[in-house]
Amino acid sequence: MNLKNVLSRGLPPLMGLALLVGIWSLVSVTSTNNFPTPTDTFWQAVEVFKNPFYKNGPNDQGVGWNVWSSLKRVALGFGLAALVGIPLGFLIGRFEFLSRMFNPLISLLRPVSPLAWLPIGLLVFKGANPAAIWTIFICSIWPMVINTAVGVQRVPQDYLNVARVLDLSEWKVVSKILFPAVLPYMLTGVRLAVGTAWLVIVAAEMLTGGVGIGFWVWDEWNNLNVKNIIIAIFVIGLVGLILEFALIKLATAFTFEEVQS
Amino acid sequence: MNTALNTSAVPLLNAKYLQVDQVAQTFKTAKGDFPALRDINLSIAKGEFVTLIGHSGCGKSTLLNLIAGLTLPSEGTLICAGREIAGPGPERAVVFQNHSLLPWLTCFENVYLGVERVFGKSGRVDGKTKEDKEQLTARTQAALDMVGLSHAAFKRPGEISGGMKQRVGIARALAMQPQVLLMDEPFGALDALTRAKLQDELLAIVANTQSTVVMVTHDVDEAVLLSDKIVMMTNGPAATIGEVLAVNLPRPRSRVTLADDPAYLHYRKAVIDFLYTRQAHVEKH
Repeated sequence: MNLKNVLSRGLPPLMGLALLVGIWSLVSVTSTNNFPTPTDTFWQAVEVFKNPFYKNGPNDQGVGWNVWSSLKRVALGFGLAALVGIPLGFLIGRFEFLSRMFNPLISLLRPVSPLAWLPIGLLVFKGANPAAIWTIFICSIWPMVINTAVGVQRVPQDYLNVARVLDLSEWKVVSKILFPAVLPYMLTGVRLAVGTAWLVIVAAEMLTGGVGIGFWVWDEWNNLNVKNIIIAIFVIGLVGLILEFALIKLATAFTFEEVQS
Repeated sequence: MNTALNTSAVPLLNAKYLQVDQVAQTFKTAKGDFPALRDINLSIAKGEFVTLIGHSGCGKSTLLNLIAGLTLPSEGTLICAGREIAGPGPERAVVFQNHSLLPWLTCFENVYLGVERVFGKSGRVDGKTKEDKEQLTARTQAALDMVGLSHAAFKRPGEISGGMKQRVGIARALAMQPQVLLMDEPFGALDALTRAKLQDELLAIVANTQSTVVMVTHDVDEAVLLSDKIVMMTNGPAATIGEVLAVNLPRPRSRVTLADDPAYLHYRKAVIDFLYTRQAHVEKH
């Protein structure tokens, strides 16, 4: 790659970053609320990341532990949602009756903010941690159900005709035709679900407390340590970006050329 | 085979191997019923090569789908080898217009899928010994060899050309050793040179396997070159068979010698007359 190429590809993102830092500096200089400057925050971040995995009791742990706890909750809630949501999506996509049965329920419940389910979780599971996992479960199940169902409904008729002409067994139809054909849709659902789950976990942890990146934000707000809040925002963004990137890579690996008609 | 049939019925069965009797097909649409086909009567002998030709929208693919069993007729019956066609099955293999290979399987796996179903452990064809993996692999390979694609066996459909995909589709159909081979404009999407090459290959394969073939086409030369019988269809809606032309050209046929053969030109003219004079297509836009 020559210099010109590097410049034309690298310059715009750098300029975007510079703009953010510029506005941030301007705000921190003009603000009367002790809004931290980018440099102060940067040195604080260096300090925070020097020892990301320390433990001083349950309410004072390194940022690494906080991120790890949040990821664990997301993984658990999301995993359970996948276990329920993907098979449910397959059934809804395959059987018109079930589709008609569940569509009103899904339409009704999907627009509800997942945090509204938190009290129900607290009531039923009698604990902050399972309630947070429950909230993640609820918010990540919808994209997986809906995308899987749409994927099943959109399996090209040609493939199903092939299955009928070859007279494949139901198992072969599922394993050789339905599953591979639905996989790209399903992975889109998974990607949306993980994205939402990562959004929601921060808010849920703010309410439930314990260890986690969301709780850390709230804790630092109580300590009036704005620098750490800003660091947390960047960490949350970065982790979200990595999750998204990994899932896009996964999805492209399983997407095949469609039949041209 | 139906045990109730006695041996004296066999010659009759062979002459009327595939029989379409008073078939009509009506589709329900948002604007009400659409009559696609009416009064279709056709019998096809065992080993015969029949093409269905007509303008687009004349229901030739609809008729092929009926023979395949992918759709059931609104009226009338279709009988193949003495049994009513009640659904699709591997004894009536279909080569689809857009090849319909599964993009996530290799060419080999695409063909193997059908072979396994017909001859393997889970095979549903009665009275045949179930073959093991080695024999199934050999069958698959033989089918790919026949269409000259053994070198591309482990490529995915996305990695090969349109002509090659269509050949894999033909291999998949032939590997099941179907009683009837149904082809829906199999070469329609190919360039003229590839199409000619595949037509020649198909002629050779069919001469070898003695298959009964029903093929939908809109190409007059293709129809005359390949067929024993050309079924010419009138324009839709409510299309029906306008005329059946028996093509009595000796086999093996060569496109080069046929090019100035008076008999060939006569058949060609007959089809063109039907299509462009008597059934001149009225474009409705």
